[in-house]
Amino acid sequence: MLNETNLKKLEELRKRYPTSQSLVLPVLWMVQEQEGYISEDSMKYVAVLLEVPFSHILGVVTFYTMLHDKKVGKHHIEVCTNVSCMLRGSAKILEHLEQRLNIKAGEVSPDKKWSLEEVECMGACGNAPMVAIGEEFYENLTLEKLDKLIDSLQ
Amino acid sequence: MNLRPIDAEKLTSWEPVILPRISDLHKIDVYRVNGGYEALKKALAMKPEDVTDEVKKSGLRGRGGACFPTGLKWTFMPKQSKKTKYLCVNGDESEPGTFKDRQIFEFNPHLLIEGTLIACYAMGITTAYIYIRGEYSKWITMVQTALDDAYAQGYVGQNILGTTFSINIYLHKGAGAYICGEESSLMNSIEGQRGYPRVKPPFPAQFGVWGCPTTINNVETISNVPVIMQNGWEWYSKIGYVKQPGPILVGVSGHVNNPGVFEMPTGEPLLEVIYKWVGGVPNNKAIKAVIPGGSSTMILRGDQLEGIRMDADSLKAAGSSIGTAGLIVMDEDTDLIKVIARIAQFYYHESCGQCTPCREGTGWMFKILKRFENYQARMEDLDVLMDVANNIEGNTICALGDAAAWPVQAMLKRFRDEFEKRVYASQPRIAVG
Ligand SMILES: Cc1cc2nc3c(=O)[nH]c(=O)nc-3n(C[C@H](O)[C@H](O)[C@H](O)COP(=O)(O)O)c2cc1C
Ligand code: SF4
Ligand code: FES
Repeated sequence: MLNETNLKKLEELRKRYPTSQSLVLPVLWMVQEQEGYISEDSMKYVAVLLEVPFSHILGVVTFYTMLHDKKVGKHHIEVCTNVSCMLRGSAKILEHLEQRLNIKAGEVSPDKKWSLEEVECMGACGNAPMVAIGEEFYENLTLEKLDKLIDSLQ
Repeated sequence: MNLRPIDAEKLTSWEPVILPRISDLHKIDVYRVNGGYEALKKALAMKPEDVTDEVKKSGLRGRGGACFPTGLKWTFMPKQSKKTKYLCVNGDESEPGTFKDRQIFEFNPHLLIEGTLIACYAMGITTAYIYIRGEYSKWITMVQTALDDAYAQGYVGQNILGTTFSINIYLHKGAGAYICGEESSLMNSIEGQRGYPRVKPPFPAQFGVWGCPTTINNVETISNVPVIMQNGWEWYSKIGYVKQPGPILVGVSGHVNNPGVFEMPTGEPLLEVIYKWVGGVPNNKAIKAVIPGGSSTMILRGDQLEGIRMDADSLKAAGSSIGTAGLIVMDEDTDLIKVIARIAQFYYHESCGQCTPCREGTGWMFKILKRFENYQARMEDLDVLMDVANNIEGNTICALGDAAAWPVQAMLKRFRDEFEKRVYASQPRIAVG
């Protein structure tokens, strides 16, 4: 399941921790980066790979909000709606995205192109409002900037 | 990101040392040319216990929220230990309103690495993990690049700078869980478990990650260490407020003209921070309220800010705390009921669910506050809400419970009128069933 590069990386990572269980998060990240999400089969694979019970892996995947056990859209858009962003108009950002993409927060568009998620503080409060797509942060947003951004992702 | 005050002339003069105004400082060569890794050399020439002593005398207190004296914390680590000792640097930075550690990752990652090296040397530690929240993926790459360069130039690794001291530093990426910033949860997360906080005692210095002696320090705390070593404890101890000295990164967000992270000496007057450092409130509106140190700290009324300073004691005396120094400003038109409902939603979402008062209580508070927000609350709900908050506080394994209760308690105490107005404006509820 893990590709060549990641398997090599795993051997490097093993030297960093005294237990193989410590590799659960790093390996789940690799799986998610490779596959886009973490399927039940992947979880079973990781369980065998790291010699950790499947139930433990499942527990970890469901505990951490960034680990997805379902497919998300090609562009997964996260909108922070916590206080600092709320004070600077995050509700409008979310509403606009829901209208434009025709999905609600928590949903994936039928063509699997978009998914939308309302998230907690991202550490961008000084540049609110913001959205994150993949590892990129888009800050100091206005509706115009947001539209341009969505256009560029078409 | 704004890092510079609008009107520097009118301010307490301060030349930043944690986030100095030097371009490309994140590059190792630029860092070295500007005196980088000199503090490490100085430390390595001293006895480890003298390094700890220097930090102790400097008066540095933790910047992760609890303000614990850093040097004292380091002395809790056993000198001799059959088990491996560890340092975990806490870069989970997830408290709403907090975005300061991110600036260090981006603009001065070598300072963090140098601080980590010195801290490990002082405590006899040979392995450190820097735990960074998963959302900061891009910033993890930045720190990793800096770390690779530091390894390549011999500052990290085997026998650094020709001494007998060897050390490894690894980055560990979180995966989206506020609770993993709590120190015992962070250790469980590194162990590959769900981030459940542990019952204390035992404390980390005795039984930390993998049951080994461990120290946990915040990113900003660790980044102050090279500054102390470089300039000496006496210099450091005279910066800002005497009982919590040093530069502090204040992150200002909300209704201000120039939000951002600003490095200043501790003890700056709160109103100066708002009106001088960040240029005041848009359209000259009045301040209705501020949250001084991240969402868990108690909200203050706009009309009670005179005389309050950005330090632990002044804010404590005012009935709040410095927390992470994430200052959120709200103007006169802010709907505070919406604000507190959103904060309650956050703690409800982030509760790990181990303790009943926190798991259930955060949900109840959120539901009741939503009723207020939606004009469906009754006057009795005010007492129920206070009761729930009081029953969470102090009755849980970790401080997330308190962090959820405090903002609600403070809002009820300081803005009761807002809740009452909401009730008067509410539709009478029709009894069902
Ligand atoms: C719910 C909760 C979340 C926390 N999140 C963080 C965090 O993101 N970063 C941090 O440095 N400390 C956080 N802390 C505080 C840590 O438990 C710990 O006190 C701190 O990292 C110690 O570092 P310091 O002594 O340098 O401040 C949190 C505490 C609690 C209760
Ligand atoms: S107080 Fe809340 S977050 Fe902390 S351990 Fe208990 S349930 Fe978990
Ligand atoms: S509140 Fe939105 S990034 Fe902090």
